[in-house]
Amino acid sequence: MATLEKTTEEILQLAAEHFNVPRAELNSTDDFFTKLGINSMQALDLLTRLEQHFRIELPDYELQGVSDFRTLAERIQSRL
Amino acid sequence: MKSFQGRTLSWRFVDGTIELLLDRAPCNEIGSETLGELEQFTSALELLQKEAHALIISSARKEGFCAGADLRELYGRCRALRPSERVAGVREFLERIHRVMNALDSSPLTTIAAVHGVTFGGGFELALVCDLIIADKMARFCFPELRLGLIPGFGGIPRLKRDLGNAVVRDLLLTGRSINATKAQSVGLISQVAAEGDALRVARATATQIGKFDRETAIAAKRFIKPIPREEAHREIDVFCELFTQPAVEAGLRKFVESTDALPYLP
Repeated sequence: MATLEKTTEEILQLAAEHFNVPRAELNSTDDFFTKLGINSMQALDLLTRLEQHFRIELPDYELQGVSDFRTLAERIQSRL
Repeated sequence: MKSFQGRTLSWRFVDGTIELLLDRAPCNEIGSETLGELEQFTSALELLQKEAHALIISSARKEGFCAGADLRELYGRCRALRPSERVAGVREFLERIHRVMNALDSSPLTTIAAVHGVTFGGGFELALVCDLIIADKMARFCFPELRLGLIPGFGGIPRLKRDLGNAVVRDLLLTGRSINATKAQSVGLISQVAAEGDALRVARATATQIGKFDRETAIAAKRFIKPIPREEAHREIDVFCELFTQPAVEAGLRKFVESTDALPYLP
């Protein structure tokens, strides 16, 4: 099973590529809404890409209150 | 009228297929203006469908197919009316949208929703009236109404019950969660998943295939396969109006409209 570090890194890579932000500018503790400059609809887009990438289902209510990459990785990790 | 350019949507007739394109910022929320133009479309459809074999409904908005009812308009109208007048206004709107949905659902054409991105609430209900749903792999489907203290009001519950198993219906309605296209296909909701940005192309190819069949046979088959849940849809209006009088609804609408949260659909 992937480690939390590996899952976090894959999320950061995917977010950087899709939202055209240099990977080097993203850290695991960053607020992804602020750092990626995304709104609620784009957050759903990110959720769909993460579900496809990790081949999981992640109900959106599990993301309530989640805004940093590390916690997002923990939520994904619990579904792997 | 073979083509029309409105403020919220347009349609055109191409090679036996009618293409209805939703285009209202931000994500085709259905308010009174869209409803009026949908009514114009269903009136025109009565003549158009004599010459066509298929109807494709899609969206020009990059955010998605349709985010459902225009909650900001609904909230604004509610605040402008006395409580006793609110339910009558909502019922009138619902009865009009149900006439549109029933006309699309019972059209003799083979109907296809080509969806992408946000397909929520009333947008999901619009897709459900179609015979086939073809989804971009980035599509997401959701009935968020319970988060507002309501149930879907555009005929979504009876149509979802018609098309899917009850356990899936309960999951979607009672959790209010959104599901992606892969999940939607696995439960039988959508017929084909297209690559990102490709749903309309796939829908057009499907419409071309449909055009090879004898129309009368296709109409007879559709009539046999697809019951229109009119009675249950009508009961849905009654339940919606009953719930609409609850104080939680106005509070839920206000929270949504005034929200600065990144994810306003979440409770």
